[in-house]
Amino acid sequence: MISFNQVSKRYPGGFEALKNVSFELAKGEMAFLTGHSGAGKSTLLKLIAVIERPNSGSVLVNNQNVSVLKSAALPYLRRNIGMIFQDHKLLFDRSVFDNVQLPLQICGFDHKETGKRVRAALDKVGLLGREKANPIALSGGEQQRLCIARAIVNRPSILLADEPTGNLDAEYAQEIMKIFNSFHQVGATLLISTHDAGMLQNSHVRMICLKHGEIQPAESPREGETPS
Amino acid sequence: MMSAISQHARLAQNALRRLFASPVSGLLNIIVIGIALSLPAGMYVLLQNAQGMLAQASSSPQISLFLTMDASADDIARLRKQLAQNPAIDKAVFISRADALKNLAQSNGLTDVIAGLESNPLPDAFVVSPKTTHAKALDDLRNELQKLPRVDLAQLDSAWVYKLEAMLEFTRIMILILASLLSLALIAITFNTIRLQIMTQRDEIQVAKLIGATNSFVRRPFLYFGAMQGILGGITAWLIIALSLYLLKQPIATLSRLYGSNFTLHPLSLGDSLTLLLFSLYLGLMGAWLSVGRHLSVIEPS
Repeated sequence: MISFNQVSKRYPGGFEALKNVSFELAKGEMAFLTGHSGAGKSTLLKLIAVIERPNSGSVLVNNQNVSVLKSAALPYLRRNIGMIFQDHKLLFDRSVFDNVQLPLQICGFDHKETGKRVRAALDKVGLLGREKANPIALSGGEQQRLCIARAIVNRPSILLADEPTGNLDAEYAQEIMKIFNSFHQVGATLLISTHDAGMLQNSHVRMICLKHGEIQPAESPREGETPS
Repeated sequence: MMSAISQHARLAQNALRRLFASPVSGLLNIIVIGIALSLPAGMYVLLQNAQGMLAQASSSPQISLFLTMDASADDIARLRKQLAQNPAIDKAVFISRADALKNLAQSNGLTDVIAGLESNPLPDAFVVSPKTTHAKALDDLRNELQKLPRVDLAQLDSAWVYKLEAMLEFTRIMILILASLLSLALIAITFNTIRLQIMTQRDEIQVAKLIGATNSFVRRPFLYFGAMQGILGGITAWLIIALSLYLLKQPIATLSRLYGSNFTLHPLSLGDSLTLLLFSLYLGLMGAWLSVGRHLSVIEPS
């Protein structure tokens, strides 16, 4: 599903965020991307959604080399990738419902289908009762779940999450992990970047560890590699 | 898939909502556009009216040939024959000095004055209707007739019409220049409004691009906004013109009655109204298009 081939990324100014990174993530697989801040986790996720392009190497998504994709083709790639951001990137000038509705409007769904899907997505993250609220009125954990609802409403086959539990306490983080697990169970491919030790301890999920832009040998046994 | 019509209706509705999100600046923009458009359009209406009046007056240019007082019946018969043979002349009507005096007495209420005259001071005359209405050809014909024997004076009655026509042509070009300049100003207004819109919606644009919005999806609301602002400005201009004409109607009626004319001010025709609205819509769209092309590509998610 996702495959990195000797990918390097250097930012203008000379900082080398990724060095010769190679790995593969199979369809339906879930993995954690770990490492200290500045290790290159965000950059790696950005290369998958082509928010950044690599200086060398190739990034394949669905067997397509996305690093050479024309910018006009990017929207169609991104519609198949649900992205969850640490800072949520919610729009505070509209309701919870309208935030989740945005990806469907972009794809041109009709009114009835949109309503159904938005409510289903809100239900999945436990925000069904809050659809008329403004996101500013939600707690940090609720905002993160709203961000997840927006990422999944379009039913993408790939979910990328950048530090989804970064600012949350353990209890909220646990809830969000549960939501991710449920997507994993229905066959989505997930790549979740985190440095939350608590989140990593009690799971058997594959880990991809980055250090100074390079992949480290796995720190834990890779027993969760095959999807359940 | 969302039907095209409902999607467009939603976009138009959103554009309206955003236009009046800050009512004061939204209204001010529309009023500025309305005034800018109403100036050339209003002048155009007045010009149309003047041209209509002129068309009535100049439909039959005539040349009056006043003969010398000593012209005899033979001279007159010879002249009549010459005029009839001239290919440039449609018809020539003879008015004898006696008839002319009678007409004068009837039409102007000068009976008493004329009755007091010892002799008839008026000359015999021909009223010549030329075939052409072209100013240069009429002038040539006048010169030719002036040279005929026993012709004292050949006068082109409609000379003033051509002077006025030339003046109207001058005015028309002035209006055209004014309209072009104000159209540019209008495009600039929309350009700037859209630029501010794009700046304030930076976050929204970035998020939309992150979750797979195409450029045309991002562009569309701004184009709607520009078009909406343009057409509302056009409607404002129409209202300004309609109100002005309404206010001018009474004074002009009084004025034309005093001049013994039945001239009335015509309002904007349906076709002209539509042209005004479509043109304002087009200008708004144009400004938005230029602005979006310039400013939208800069905003990419990071």
